Amino acid sequence: MARSQSSVPALEVRQVTKEFPGVVANQDVNLDVMPGEILAILGENGAGKSTLMNVIYGLYRPTRGEIRVHGRPLTARSPRDAIAAGIGMVHQHFQLVPNMTVLDNIILGQETVRAGQIDRRTAAREIAELSRRYNLEIQPEQVVEEQPVGVRQRVEIVKTLYRQANILILDEPTSVLTPQEIEGLFAIMRLLQDQGTSILFITHKLKEVMAVADRILVLRHGQVVGQTTPAESSEADLARMMVGRSVMLSVLKEPRPPGPPVLSLQQVSIANDGGVRTVQDVSLEVHAGEILGIAGVQGNGQSELIEGITGLRHPAEGRILLDGMDATQASPRRIAQVGASSHVPEDRHTFGMVSEFSIAQNLVLNQYNLRPFARRGIINHQAIQSHAAALADEFDIRMTHLDQPAGQLSGGNQQKMVVAREFRPQLRLLVVAQPTRGLDVGSIEFIHRQIIQQRDAGVAVLLASYELDEIMTLSDRIAVMFQGRIIGLVPADRVDRNRLGLLMAGVSA
Amino acid sequence: MSTLTQATSRFTLALTGLLLVAAALVHFTQLGESEWMQIFFGTSALNFTLRAAVPLILGAMSGILCERSGIVNIGIEGMMLAGAFAAFVAKTATNAWPLMSSLIFAVIVTLLVGAAMGLLHALFSIRFRMDQIISGTALIILAQGVTAYFFDRDAIAEGKFGAIPLPGLSEIPVLGPLLFHKPPLTYGALLLVLVVAFALARTRWGLRTRAVGEHPRAADTMGINVLRLRYLNTALGGALAGLGGGFLVLEAVGQFQEGMTAGRGFIALAAVIFGNWNPIGALGAAILFGYTQAVQNELLLADAFALPRQFVSMLPYLVTIVAVSGFVGRVRPPAAAGQPYATEAGD
Repeated sequence: MARSQSSVPALEVRQVTKEFPGVVANQDVNLDVMPGEILAILGENGAGKSTLMNVIYGLYRPTRGEIRVHGRPLTARSPRDAIAAGIGMVHQHFQLVPNMTVLDNIILGQETVRAGQIDRRTAAREIAELSRRYNLEIQPEQVVEEQPVGVRQRVEIVKTLYRQANILILDEPTSVLTPQEIEGLFAIMRLLQDQGTSILFITHKLKEVMAVADRILVLRHGQVVGQTTPAESSEADLARMMVGRSVMLSVLKEPRPPGPPVLSLQQVSIANDGGVRTVQDVSLEVHAGEILGIAGVQGNGQSELIEGITGLRHPAEGRILLDGMDATQASPRRIAQVGASSHVPEDRHTFGMVSEFSIAQNLVLNQYNLRPFARRGIINHQAIQSHAAALADEFDIRMTHLDQPAGQLSGGNQQKMVVAREFRPQLRLLVVAQPTRGLDVGSIEFIHRQIIQQRDAGVAVLLASYELDEIMTLSDRIAVMFQGRIIGLVPADRVDRNRLGLLMAGVSA
Repeated sequence: MSTLTQATSRFTLALTGLLLVAAALVHFTQLGESEWMQIFFGTSALNFTLRAAVPLILGAMSGILCERSGIVNIGIEGMMLAGAFAAFVAKTATNAWPLMSSLIFAVIVTLLVGAAMGLLHALFSIRFRMDQIISGTALIILAQGVTAYFFDRDAIAEGKFGAIPLPGLSEIPVLGPLLFHKPPLTYGALLLVLVVAFALARTRWGLRTRAVGEHPRAADTMGINVLRLRYLNTALGGALAGLGGGFLVLEAVGQFQEGMTAGRGFIALAAVIFGNWNPIGALGAAILFGYTQAVQNELLLADAFALPRQFVSMLPYLVTIVAVSGFVGRVRPPAAAGQPYATEAGD
């Protein structure tokens, strides 16, 4: 699809190596992007994709190697040089000043000044023109923090266009979008491509790569391990290149008749820290032996709902019953120990583990006060150690030894540790939030199998995830949350992506 | 943010308006015969208000310049004290010069010494990533120690800035003597508030300062040199705080005394918070705090209370505490204030 006949690549990366103390993040990376080409850069979390992009954009200096733009060497010492060379980047975490207007965010660093004053009127005209030409709807006078995520992303793209970028880096741009918004983004990418812009599209989602890329570059452990095109490969091929071995992309799950309700929410409303009711009038039942998936775009009340159920936050209204016990105002410990429930929290570093504690200690955080781990208030270290050794073996936690601080483990192994602790025998309820965020494909596969095992053992599972694929693979029923309400509750075998996407965007069927 | 900013600006306008209207009533009507009205709204009280407010205004502008760019400046008090001492030394060293040259020279020295204190704070907080609260506290202790050690108690500064009536304007009844018959640093401080407010909202420097104070990483990705801007603003802020101290020596008192800033730097900091990091809002807070000092002063002079004078002397500080504690939940400091910014490419 590269229409330009020019043989000079818009961007060349030659033998770039980036080392951090003790880690080689990128090693001898080479890549080319032609004008008007979409190059997908695929790799697992930690494969070095973002580091490479930050090197290109001048936020990091390469340890070795060279970057050329339209044939000229770029010595990007800072983003300023990269911007001047026509490189624009939309970061994974948006780089917008929340309390400033869209317009101020766009012109920041590139202000036109007339008689000492910023010329906002001219800027507004130029932005309106860009917004029309590229079909990027934004409202320049609005304050950024009041804009939804999809709009913020458009602001980021306009920012790069305002600087006349012709090489655009999109770092994981789809992770915060609904399926429909993703389609919209792809349309914008194709439009930019038609105007000759080169795009580096960073992702770990195989479907998206197949849908939009001209060429695909796969990174693993900081190195380029393969180049291909969507026509020449399949999702399974790409997954193999990414992980380095064959992986099951979907989990096998037998249908299973659900048992009696275990968790029951009756018209529950929950307020966030600011006192705003981000969960409104939610009624739900989770049955023994079923996985109920909560789908939705981040920030629609999922976090508060989970915190309400697990006792970390008390509902403002409504009732929560756990196996008949009124758990509305119960403490997290009572819910966990008396209610026989477990919680794999969304933010594992804040709520899931104590980084400075050893792996063995982390593995008993939910029952250190019970026998055999403690007797009359005195801790029994031997029991804790042997318990930990058994779990580490069963859940394949890769570590140097059990007394190693948990913070030193890789993300995947930390999550396996949390799962090993929480997926204990004789559970009634399992609450799992974002169980595979930031994990490699291998760990994802493992954790998915564990979740299904629990369900097959008759546990009621509540699964919240922003990854629609995860929800669709695992769930028996799917509830969609939008602005604090459940706006749809559907059986998983009778729903398609499109319908879910519309629900996630607030369009009730 | 914007609604709160407007609220603090409205407070400033309302307070200023109230004081001026009351002053006019006291001047023109029979209300002036009441002793209490004279204490609260007499010309003497309002003149004192402005005089007490000027160092607070300058200190608050210092705090705003630093904090809007992300550097917490708790050391205003120390910068002021250093500025006051520098002004005194410069003035006494040039007593032989014509008065105006000597005073202007002292103003320049006080600005430079203040800027040097600011740079020191910037060096600690940016280069060495020291806790900014500790760095600021160290500056205060440093200034107290150094000025007390080198203070020559026999030295005398000869002369200070006198009032310069603005032609025409100073003839207006009530308003004229209150606002347009003042010494130069007072005019300068008031003008500075407008300049800072305008610059923050409308200039490139202002936009970048605000961005750096709210979200330095976003500014960095847009090619802005975060650290350089912070150095610049902290140095400018230091210069203004220094001038606040210089005002005490060169315009208000005429001499230096040990510890003469007497907590004004901290009250200026309170004005920054009360004014929600907005220059116009901080002006209102400075006027409010200046006014309570004036009322305290008038009460003591008139001996109107049976209370021991120490209780009356507490008044300004009590008002500061109450005002700030009432507002703290509702103001919004710059998001990145106090956080060191680390960048690989920018250093």
